[in-house]
Amino acid sequence: MKNYGKPANRIVYAKALSNDVKLFEIASPYIAQKALPGQFVVIRHREEGERIPLTIADLDRTKGTITIIFQEVGKTTKDLGTLKEGALLLDVLGPLGVPTEIERFGTVVCIGGGVGAAVIYPIAKALKSAGNRTIAIIGARTKELIILEDKFREITDELYLTTDDGSYGRKGFVSDELKRLIEQGCKIDRSWAIGPAVMMKAVANLTRPYGIRTIVSLNPIMIDGTGMCGGCRVQIGTETKFACVDGPEFDGHAVDFDLLMKRLSTYTREEKCALQSYEHERRLEPADKIKTSNSAL
Amino acid sequence: MAKPQKNQVAMREQAPEKRTKNFNEVPYGYSTEEAMQEAARCIQCKDAPCIKGCPVEIDIPGFIKAIKEEDFKKAIRIMKEKNVLPAICGRVCPQEDQCQKVCKLAKIGEPSAIGRLERFIADWEAEQGEIEIPPKPPSTGKKVAVVGAGPAGLTVAGDLVKLGHEVVIFEALHKPGGVLVYGIPEFRLPKSIVAREVAYIEKLGAKLITSFVVGKTKTVDELLKEFDAVFIGTGAGLPKFMKIPGENALGIYSANEYLTRSNLMKAYLFPQYDTPIARGRSVAVIGAGNVSMDSARTALRLGAEKSMIIYRRSNEEMPARIEEIERAKEEGVEFHLLTLPLRYFTDEKGWVNEMECLKMKLGEPDSSGRKRPLPIEGSNFRMPVDVVVVAIGQSPNPLVPNTTPGLDMGKWGNIIIDPLTAETSKKMVFAGGDIATGEATVIQAMGTGRIAARSIADRIRPG
Repeated sequence: MKNYGKPANRIVYAKALSNDVKLFEIASPYIAQKALPGQFVVIRHREEGERIPLTIADLDRTKGTITIIFQEVGKTTKDLGTLKEGALLLDVLGPLGVPTEIERFGTVVCIGGGVGAAVIYPIAKALKSAGNRTIAIIGARTKELIILEDKFREITDELYLTTDDGSYGRKGFVSDELKRLIEQGCKIDRSWAIGPAVMMKAVANLTRPYGIRTIVSLNPIMIDGTGMCGGCRVQIGTETKFACVDGPEFDGHAVDFDLLMKRLSTYTREEKCALQSYEHERRLEPADKIKTSNSAL
Repeated sequence: MAKPQKNQVAMREQAPEKRTKNFNEVPYGYSTEEAMQEAARCIQCKDAPCIKGCPVEIDIPGFIKAIKEEDFKKAIRIMKEKNVLPAICGRVCPQEDQCQKVCKLAKIGEPSAIGRLERFIADWEAEQGEIEIPPKPPSTGKKVAVVGAGPAGLTVAGDLVKLGHEVVIFEALHKPGGVLVYGIPEFRLPKSIVAREVAYIEKLGAKLITSFVVGKTKTVDELLKEFDAVFIGTGAGLPKFMKIPGENALGIYSANEYLTRSNLMKAYLFPQYDTPIARGRSVAVIGAGNVSMDSARTALRLGAEKSMIIYRRSNEEMPARIEEIERAKEEGVEFHLLTLPLRYFTDEKGWVNEMECLKMKLGEPDSSGRKRPLPIEGSNFRMPVDVVVVAIGQSPNPLVPNTTPGLDMGKWGNIIIDPLTAETSKKMVFAGGDIATGEATVIQAMGTGRIAARSIADRIRPG
């Protein structure tokens, strides 16, 4: 029998893609064997920690690794970001969720906002391999936050970049760029939009009148990721769905984005309080001590 | 022989006004003297109906006699022949419907306090520090995969390793125990006790792998290539909602989520633990089962000023154990019976702030034999709430059935098994616990686990 040990979940490669966006390549052989584009993992990195869902951004079946990319926004992601190569994550569960439907649709547009670019990258790659004319629109607040540009360039037929402040690519939102493409007469057979809820909502509203099928990947608050808690429920048309097992991808034209955004704000107060006390503690600790305590996990 | 005492030796417990301020266990358990005194009440009747009343057929008069004679080592040995989780069962089994229901002492007074004695003997062993491990049997070379480390799976694992089979338990959550760790609160079942009993099964030789979700990380078919048999005990993990307007508002939880946040993720210790939970002032729990009582009592401990059970039928129909209802009442939980929630209202940020209900009355009995609740027209009223916990039951978790071709499924999403063998329609795949029977009790899950272990052992016997 195979030696079923607890998977080690070692971070074999860590890189900062920008100031607060981190990439980890994690040894996770079972998940690497199984994962498909669009699926995610649930991570818990320390005993007192939360369980957080993160989409699998890439994988290497031969090496048995998966890649996650995350933005440091709260206590959990900031603390996760302090981990270095060689550190072990307590738990990595997956691959979860329904994989992206990959077919030869014709011309497809993949729109990634902020760290959503990491989520849409494996989807764009798979769509290109399936023979689609693949266009990507990647946007962020500012130049420093544009990630994976080179990797997108390798796997797309056309790549457009936008920044809110105009520091890189075209000034504006990803939805402005999409609008331009549509108005120029680009015939789009299917589109994917992944990023902040407000961006996905804008894209869905834009494509609706044109009848362009638009798939979005939702990121509600989750605990178990296996359909057990119902915390990730989202409203799709008249139905309530669980993003963890029914999604995370849904028809963007049917999603109640306003409800999603409200539900995402459930713990704003607690998150703020946790972050403040975390940052306060970190200021009190010398930097080298933080490093050792984490790599000794 | 002196006539036995009419009443059970009482168990000391934390006073209600004190215990609602902490998450510590409510009853303290018997002292040695109390246990021996209670054990002496048992009349050691020959036909021992209690054994038949127990889903795992513990030799109840046997272990009670050993307690009476102060041979606690013998008592725990007798117990563990049939039950590898005594500290848990002594706390959460509905003894009043099982062994104690048929106890002959009940004819003259209260039945023997079997559950309390079971708990006593398990805790006594733990206090000794050294847990006795039976000698390891010779290996059979046969391998069994157990899916889900809840009561059913743990029983199967314990029974099969004791026979010399190699057992690997796969658990999707990061801690073993299933509903014992995510569902049942600390004040009813301390998590250190669950950890201790799981550690015992590991010491017997079972291997446990957490954060491994069968159906996703590996399928049952893949496990069948490596193992001689697979047991599925994935529980009733899919929460039901009422599907009424406003149910997705902020502050409305399934009981699974509310209890998982508090128990498994330790949200009651936020911010020391990172997972938060909404601490409502006025909490409404929908439903009146054991899970509802657990939720309502958790709400009080999280600081609620008002914790309410909202139930559409009456007092008699409440499915919770009488003991749990009593405890909740003692602690100040309000019972709003014959009340049906209709819709929720929210503030501008999406938080629930009001609930509209309808008053009900009881009509003729329905198909369940219980009187059907009928709406009283025009009796609509509203009440302010800021947290709602929907505790109206769970369906079987579909994750494994959906990824396992060849499993015959029942109408309610349960895996169909032969009740005598726990066999499914798929070769060498067995199932037990809530995934097969629908929502039931911990000991019932262990009972089907026992049946499955027996027939797995029969089927994988070499030659």
